Amino acid sequence: MDAPELIQRVDREKTAPTGLKQVPWGRWVLRGVALAYLSALLIIPLAVIFQDGLRQGLNEFWRQVINPVAWSALTLTLWTSAVMTVINTVMGTLAAYVLVRYEFPGKSLLNAVIDVPLAIPTLVTGVMLVVLFGPQQALGAWLKNELGISIIFAPPGIILALLFITFPFVVRAVQPVLIDLDRTQEDAATTLGAAGWTIFRRITLPPLLLPLTSGALLSFARAIGEFGAIVIVAGNIPFYSQTAAVYVLGEVESENRLGASAVSIVMVAISFSLMMLINWLQRRSQKEKQ
Amino acid sequence: MSLETVDKRQKAKKPVPTASVWTRRLLISVVVLYVGVLILAPIGSIIAGAFKDGAGAVLAALSQPDVIAAFKRTILIAVVVVFVHLVFGTIVAWTLVRDRFPGRDLINGLIDMPFAVSPVVVGYMLLLLFGRNGLLAPVLERLDIRVAFAMPGMILATLFVTLPFMIRELIPMLEAFGIQQEQAAATMGANSWQIFWRITLPALRWGFIYGVTLTFARALGEFGAVLVIGGGIQGRTETATLYIYRALDERQYMGAYSAAIVLGLISLALVIGTDILRRREKAKS
Repeated sequence: MDAPELIQRVDREKTAPTGLKQVPWGRWVLRGVALAYLSALLIIPLAVIFQDGLRQGLNEFWRQVINPVAWSALTLTLWTSAVMTVINTVMGTLAAYVLVRYEFPGKSLLNAVIDVPLAIPTLVTGVMLVVLFGPQQALGAWLKNELGISIIFAPPGIILALLFITFPFVVRAVQPVLIDLDRTQEDAATTLGAAGWTIFRRITLPPLLLPLTSGALLSFARAIGEFGAIVIVAGNIPFYSQTAAVYVLGEVESENRLGASAVSIVMVAISFSLMMLINWLQRRSQKEKQ
Repeated sequence: MSLETVDKRQKAKKPVPTASVWTRRLLISVVVLYVGVLILAPIGSIIAGAFKDGAGAVLAALSQPDVIAAFKRTILIAVVVVFVHLVFGTIVAWTLVRDRFPGRDLINGLIDMPFAVSPVVVGYMLLLLFGRNGLLAPVLERLDIRVAFAMPGMILATLFVTLPFMIRELIPMLEAFGIQQEQAAATMGANSWQIFWRITLPALRWGFIYGVTLTFARALGEFGAVLVIGGGIQGRTETATLYIYRALDERQYMGAYSAAIVLGLISLALVIGTDILRRREKAKS
């Protein structure tokens, strides 16, 4: 039975003019199909990884997680994601503010460019960053020789790639709220002689905190799992520039299933809690709007 | 309300600088510079890198048989994935909006999980299920189906990573549409088939259009998950992204850059096109 037919049956039951209570078979079938689809695609694979990583008990799981190479890959992933999140939150809020409050030539172009990272495959992002900042390229060589900064094949490259990929998240979370913001309070504060920064901090910022936090957490959650861009820019040197996702790939290839599953579980657990938190924050901000 | 405040309100609608002109200029320059260095400069440099030897070299790199085969595989996967999500995504969205059952909130949260789960982990999960020592290996052997290191596995991996797009586009549209029109049609004697095809489906058409383009664009660019489950076997499971990865490894930079530009351009055109349509639709309503 295909989708339209199912929907049709459910609709019939809902709009049935009879006062008799009918058994909503169609609705149950539809619910069953939806849940079966999600289970097969989402829940069973996620459960399998937990089953696999924990099959030799919690102690063995933990031993795999604190294995020095795995542990350093996890901490590198977490700290680079955290640094990116801080920069992205500040710059994203600033970009949203500039786009909403100021008029300047090229504004609509800038607004369009913000979404570009969403469209570009992350592997392509990695390639682009290597072409620009790679040690053999003009800019990369200059940075290395003149300033002694390595970006590519080093942690800064990871942060740069993550900044590119997650740039739209904070901007697009803050922008609509900023547009809807009532400006009378800001005007009043100006009349009372408050300085620009004070107005922003005391009046403009508080209502933006909720969307800002959910945008920041979204960037962080997205960054934890990033692979395509990082595998190209990071160089993947253990204890220096190998992230958790790249570590998992290595363990899969060398058939260390327990290690791969253990680190995967940690990553999935982090993303799951973050997504649940974001979901809750977004529901709250929707309620606040109403 | 006095005339004065009305006046002030109207002024406030226009972007009046609250900060001084110099602060404003500074802030604008910082943002433009940031976007320029972070986003535009890398895009410019890859285009310059590919076209360094002229457009002929780019075309030659793109017309290699293995590049064409890789793009064909990518598009096949993306098309299959779009169709599966078109059917099942609609059912899931409908169930989440119109149906009530325990655990609905949890399911709603789970839908976004693929967004945050690492692609490598996605591929690895499928390997644990369908791989040589996987849980389903005995069943697959008996049925003589290959999933891992073959197209079905890569399609499954791409289905996982693209799961949220269709559903997240359809849910708000279904919520906004409500059921009044469907009920009205029912009282006028339309059968449910007619209601679905004539009322519900047309109302959701923009949701479908956005969902299809976003799913397609995301499917084109998938890399980590198809690398792990597909293995990137040249001539068999090598998609466009996997070709780029191999070309970089083999220092065939022309091929890698050219394929990367084509892939980037296709997804960019899809996403930006959707964006323009969406804005136009919004302006109309």
